[in-house]
Amino acid sequence: MPRSFLSYIAQRAVQCVLVILIGITITFFIPRLSPTDPVETAVNQAVMVGQFSHPDAVREMKEALIRLYGLDGTLLQQYVRFWKGLLAGDLGPSLSSFPKPVMTLIRGSLPWTAGLLLTTAVISWTLGNLLGSLAGYYKNQRWASIVGIIAMALHPIPYYIMAFVLVVLLAYVVPIFPIGGAIDIGLKPAFSIVYLSSLLRHAILPSLSLLLVGVGGWFLGMRTLVTNVIAEDYVTYAKYAGVRDRVIMYQYVMRNALLPQITGLAMQLGLIFNGALITEYVFSYPGLGYLAYNAIFAGDYSLIMGVAVFSIVGVSIAVLLIDLAYPLFDPRVKYQ
Amino acid sequence: MNVLRIENIQAYYQSTLYGIARNVRAVDGVSLDLHADEIYGIAGESSCGKTTLIKVMFGAVEPPLTIVGGKVLYQLDGNHIDVTQADAETLRQLRWKQVSYILQGSMSLLNPVRKIRKTFWDFTKAHEPTIEPAKFEATTRGHLDRLGLPAEVLDSYPHQLSGGMKQRVAIALATIFQPKVILADEPTTALDVVVQRGVLQLLRRIQQETKNTLVIVTHDMGIHANIAHRVGIMYAGRLVEEGRVREIFGEPLHPYTRHLIQSLPAIGDKSERQGIPGAPPNLADPPPGCRFHPRCPYAKPICSIEAPQLTTIADGRRIACFLAAKENANVS
Amino acid sequence: MRSRMRVISDLYRHDPRCRFALSVIFIVVIFALLSLVSPYDPGSSYYAPPSLPPSREHPFGTNSRGQDIFWLMTFAVRNSLTFGILTAFLSRIIAIFVGLTSGYKGGIVDRIMMVINDSFVVLPVLPILILINFIMRGQMGLMELAMIMALFGWAWDARLIRSQVLSLKEREFTFTSVFSGTNTARILLSEHLPFVTPIVLSTTINNLLWAIGMEVTLAVLGLSNIGIPTIGTTIYWANQHQALISGVWWWLAAPVAISVLLFIALYLLVVGLGTYLDPRTRIQRMKGALSDERA
Repeated sequence: MPRSFLSYIAQRAVQCVLVILIGITITFFIPRLSPTDPVETAVNQAVMVGQFSHPDAVREMKEALIRLYGLDGTLLQQYVRFWKGLLAGDLGPSLSSFPKPVMTLIRGSLPWTAGLLLTTAVISWTLGNLLGSLAGYYKNQRWASIVGIIAMALHPIPYYIMAFVLVVLLAYVVPIFPIGGAIDIGLKPAFSIVYLSSLLRHAILPSLSLLLVGVGGWFLGMRTLVTNVIAEDYVTYAKYAGVRDRVIMYQYVMRNALLPQITGLAMQLGLIFNGALITEYVFSYPGLGYLAYNAIFAGDYSLIMGVAVFSIVGVSIAVLLIDLAYPLFDPRVKYQ
Repeated sequence: MNVLRIENIQAYYQSTLYGIARNVRAVDGVSLDLHADEIYGIAGESSCGKTTLIKVMFGAVEPPLTIVGGKVLYQLDGNHIDVTQADAETLRQLRWKQVSYILQGSMSLLNPVRKIRKTFWDFTKAHEPTIEPAKFEATTRGHLDRLGLPAEVLDSYPHQLSGGMKQRVAIALATIFQPKVILADEPTTALDVVVQRGVLQLLRRIQQETKNTLVIVTHDMGIHANIAHRVGIMYAGRLVEEGRVREIFGEPLHPYTRHLIQSLPAIGDKSERQGIPGAPPNLADPPPGCRFHPRCPYAKPICSIEAPQLTTIADGRRIACFLAAKENANVS
Repeated sequence: MRSRMRVISDLYRHDPRCRFALSVIFIVVIFALLSLVSPYDPGSSYYAPPSLPPSREHPFGTNSRGQDIFWLMTFAVRNSLTFGILTAFLSRIIAIFVGLTSGYKGGIVDRIMMVINDSFVVLPVLPILILINFIMRGQMGLMELAMIMALFGWAWDARLIRSQVLSLKEREFTFTSVFSGTNTARILLSEHLPFVTPIVLSTTINNLLWAIGMEVTLAVLGLSNIGIPTIGTTIYWANQHQALISGVWWWLAAPVAISVLLFIALYLLVVGLGTYLDPRTRIQRMKGALSDERA
């Protein structure tokens, strides 16, 4: 295997490890350097709702929480223990659903987030790039400029607002779709029409809000890229030689314009992930975002910590996978 | 025998941007004839309209470039085609089978994500849609072999080839159908001297074998001296002098041609090279009269008022200069 | 300064997108400034009858807490804008520093900085911000939040600034400066910054958009200081009072409509600015030379 390809892979792997390292270290230090103590906050909350009143009980609870949060010992000991737990897949127990491990809760939410994120990312990327290429290639067509205007109006809207407007319009004012949840209540998972259609009906609005923002972004990016690639000498050369329009469009223009969009997908995955989290909250879609919201609501520090840590690891690995797929599309990395 | 006749062609870049209209007269009234079996060189500084002229010759006129007037008439196999009037299908049939165009930018003429074989396939298929893969493979290999290129390039991606090899492949692509006319724009500019020679030899060999017409556009007078049979000198969108290569270099008449030739280094000559003072004019607002007069050391009052016409002063010799035409008339 | 006015007037006159954008931004800014003459204190409530639909007296209606939504929104928009500008400004300091140094120094410094930079690009910021805000809940003002957001919002822009510097680096004036002994910092500030300004400007607006959007996100999750009126906290309170279910839709319509308009306008400004500053259109605009001979 050529050296440049190996060094590319090594470089991407190092990048991935570094993202995880930086992200995890930040999340480790946030509660430890913050002026407010998560233990104190939790205890105060408990005292306030009258769960504990006796000073001994309060002290006991404090100590228990310090141990639970891994806040005992020197900073270095804590840091090492933090990583050990992480590598063993142990994020500690959740406070709000004690003693259920955080990892179990995350594992339950993950398929929903992964499903939502994967389908919408793939669909919006493909659709956006396809439409964007056509709009860039047939720049003077009327439909191209109309789609462009729509994309420019949709793309800048934050995920939350988009999801919110959709839920108001299509679930509340005109109740076509369910207002929230992932499945009709009481329905048992089965490979049946009823189950699948319920699944689909609940997934449409959350997906749509991610799609509308996403497609717009990819569309606009691709349109610009295509306009630039069209001006490349190799496109002009092929055009002059009479190479058929379809071949030029797909093999000369799109294939080349797509390369930065693959890197772009890797680069923006974190942002898209943020969008998925907040969309889940709006639609009470039972993924990581909804889990995080419930954790905030229940004051479950260890669960929030778990979601943050897991998001960092998950997104970094997904980015690495996209990066590793890149050489399949760009021979300049594969063959040197 | 003429293969191409250009009559008083005018091609302007017309555009409006942020409220400012522009009309760049890149080619402004050029007439010339191209013969069968010859190498015609077009010389001049950058931005003198050379590239625009060659695009017009190829019928590659897209906005903002606009043909304002004139004709570009091909006379091939008894057919007369004016490319300024031709429809897309006529142009498609004319191109590559009859007229090829190797555009400037040897480093970037090949699709970076496509193997060379695929590119040859695309180019061949465009004009022979029913060709069988086996026949394609045989003809392509034969073609490369004739041009002295290794068949292995077919399995390469462009970035795996050297600059010179890329340019040779681009030339091979332009000549798959043995066209009658080949238009080459700065075919050697980005290459180093040794590689330049190889590419020029390749072009010359193709021309000698197929007896076609090769038009070479370059600012490099050395290349014209080396390869061209006839040379046309362009300045600020106009043809200012034309003649056989020996005449142009032996007895340049136009002051601008003299400057171009004087700036060439000669072996053993240690005297300082003289650059031309000043810069080429802005073609959106060219000077009145002879466009060279602001830079011309011999300019006379008339030069800034009236534009000299390109006139034939001897067989195959044309010039657009008041001074030189008079001098020449006096001598003969 | 005059040239900057020129840019704005050029954009306004010749680009319909920018005309729309600049008009909307102008109106939104005026709207935010109205907060200075508001008859009501944003902190007080029940000074008006609750849940009134829009009327002449209360153009945007009143909410269930007896507040006039029009005047409340002037404060909300002002605070959100201030917050966005603050975040964008603070993150600019990091972005410009990283972008210029990385691009100019090159070599190993550049590689290390870019690996760190790309880590921040890829990092999913929302979960981390949720964690921070959860721990410091209620103790952060907009200033503190802006500082934290700035720490996470610079990386993408630093990358763009760096690539701009890389293309400038090859230019002649850098070599001239290097050979004439000008030191690195001087070159960066006097020679490169003017050329980097356009890209800094457009990334600033983008960052502003990101910051305001993120504030809305954190606020609706109940994680920002809900005592300060912003676009986000207005939505939060409306949701808390079940505004939709109780039919007080105007409580939500105002912040949603204003933010959508503002976001589209700011984005169109970035797009218009990009077209205007694109070197290709720029050359065509500035001089009539035969620069597009090859085009």
